[in-house]
Amino acid sequence: MSRPLISVENLTLRFRTDEGLVTAVNDVSFEIAPGEVLGLVGESGSGKSVTAKALMMLNAENSVYDDDSRITLRVDDRDIDVLALKRPREQRIIRGGSISMIFQEPMASFAPAITIGDQMVEQLLIHSDMTQAAAKEISIEMLARVGIPEPAQRFGQYAFEFSGGMRQRAMIAMALSTKPKLLIADEPTTALDVTIQAQVIELMKDLVEEFHMSILFITHDLGVIAQTADRVAVMYLGNLVETGTVRQVINSPAHPYTRGLLNSLPKLDDLDAPLTPVPGDIPSPLDRPSGCVFHTRCPEYIGDVCKQQIPGNTVDSASHQVACHLATQEKSA
Amino acid sequence: MSDILISARDLSVHFPLRGFVLGERPVVRACEGINLDIPKRSFVGLVGESGSGKTTLGRAMLKAAPISHGEIVYADDEVTYDLGSLKGPQLKDYRKRAQLIFQDPYAALSPRMTVRDIIAEPLEVMGLTSSREETDQRVREIAAMCRLNLEHLRRFPHAFSGGQRQRISIARALVSGPKFIVADESVAALDVSIQADVLNLLNKIQAESGITFLFISHDLSVIAHTCDFVAVMYLGQIVEAAPTRKLFSETAHPYTKALLSAIPSLDPDHVSKAQKLEGEIPSPINPPPGCRFNTRCRYAQERCRSEVPEWREMSSGHHVACHFSEEID
Repeated sequence: MSRPLISVENLTLRFRTDEGLVTAVNDVSFEIAPGEVLGLVGESGSGKSVTAKALMMLNAENSVYDDDSRITLRVDDRDIDVLALKRPREQRIIRGGSISMIFQEPMASFAPAITIGDQMVEQLLIHSDMTQAAAKEISIEMLARVGIPEPAQRFGQYAFEFSGGMRQRAMIAMALSTKPKLLIADEPTTALDVTIQAQVIELMKDLVEEFHMSILFITHDLGVIAQTADRVAVMYLGNLVETGTVRQVINSPAHPYTRGLLNSLPKLDDLDAPLTPVPGDIPSPLDRPSGCVFHTRCPEYIGDVCKQQIPGNTVDSASHQVACHLATQEKSA
Repeated sequence: MSDILISARDLSVHFPLRGFVLGERPVVRACEGINLDIPKRSFVGLVGESGSGKTTLGRAMLKAAPISHGEIVYADDEVTYDLGSLKGPQLKDYRKRAQLIFQDPYAALSPRMTVRDIIAEPLEVMGLTSSREETDQRVREIAAMCRLNLEHLRRFPHAFSGGQRQRISIARALVSGPKFIVADESVAALDVSIQADVLNLLNKIQAESGITFLFISHDLSVIAHTCDFVAVMYLGQIVEAAPTRKLFSETAHPYTKALLSAIPSLDPDHVSKAQKLEGEIPSPINPPPGCRFNTRCRYAQERCRSEVPEWREMSSGHHVACHFSEEID
């Protein structure tokens, strides 16, 4: 396997709040290879977005990274220690340069009083030394590439003049115009209709091949993951509970939480299958359960070991890892 | 006595646009020529993209949107109302019989009221109970049905998760003892696991109380699991309606087929058949002539652009509005 584009090691991230330190991400490690799509799945509050934002140092001022947390980005055979970039000028390499991000709510992510075109040109001028005219040309080209009709006209319009699907396309065009190595897509299709979602997914798949970039795809929809990702990482309450290829995780899920997510999905090919929700609610991050963080809701709870010991990673195969005592027991038995 | 609770006949809802002084005022044709029967004790799903008019139709059935043309008749075992002319005490009575559950449980609950007060408010406003004890008794019964305990009733909405809030919204809709509930995208804002929990709760309530539900959603897989009858809307019109199993096994309208094929499959090896819809839903101010779907339909022919397809029964209980549904595969 080629050297990873980005590697995250032992990422632990806490927020200082009035109620004390809140752990949002706990000892998370993963890698993304060049050209690979990694899907990050979990419920609201599981820490998916916070993890993604850490890659771009976008978390709020009250965030505290543990000392052994490390994020390394490899650009042109050079290793960049992301967490060591303190000044905004240094952070430009990652923010919009090597890494771009698209967000869930495209209406809220564009400035309402600046034309789409001006917003696209602005970031190109910041990240390269091209002229205004060249930046405009590239922007219009990108708008055409993502399938926006009459791109030259659209270039001069405002976000409110675009429909939801068009806005998300424009956002993708903007994110890709600086030719990033990694695209972070935070629930990019959640606010869209299924038909438009299908179009956007198709577009993103084409662009991955064309630009040979990596994507960190954040979503709570396992169907979207199955259709887009190469590998999947499942998060629960700030912990990574299972990682593997998309076939391993979806066809033979090893963690009870992953199984729970799959069982609560309505399936079209079996209308009689009952919907089985994961019991209970996700605990408050202020009150993280001891041992395995999932033991309070786990339908396959096997006793005190779950309550007392933090499960280590059991390696099923080279690519499939799971943090669960049950899997460890089965492995050693 | 018929077994239809609500029936819409040739129903249209138009909203005139403001700000046009000269010439004819343009109107948004949110619903046009809708025929739909909702049987008693059924769980009917209404599915379509944003802008298809599903919410407007749901609201018209609650008399919360103006009826421009046609009629909606509500008939339960006690009363029969023509919603177009309903007013005064009869309208108040209808409000007790028909209720709405909203999409966003964060916006739908007042942050300054305790859960007990939120659930009790309809009882007090409608004068359904005569004493505080009676109100409390009723609130506790409904809360228990929605798995909320006494401790929950004392708290404010901010202390609850999305799923719990949606259960509070459901309790408030149930407390006046309605016969008919419109659930408008009631699980769209929830995580899958909580979504499954709320869907199971709605199905249980329906089975136990016999309340009729109109369940509005953009998600066909959710509809498939909860509803026993489905109507598919596109640009203000119902294009196909059938019992759930029939709709999925004998899909007749190209739009329904496209919606089905757009759902991302859970099987990573499954490459969806090329049925992806191009473009977006046109404006309801100027809908395309003929079949409204013709601009995005891959089977569209000359006839579709000029002639409005008839709403016809293909097989028992299965209606479709398409010229060529027998010929396409």
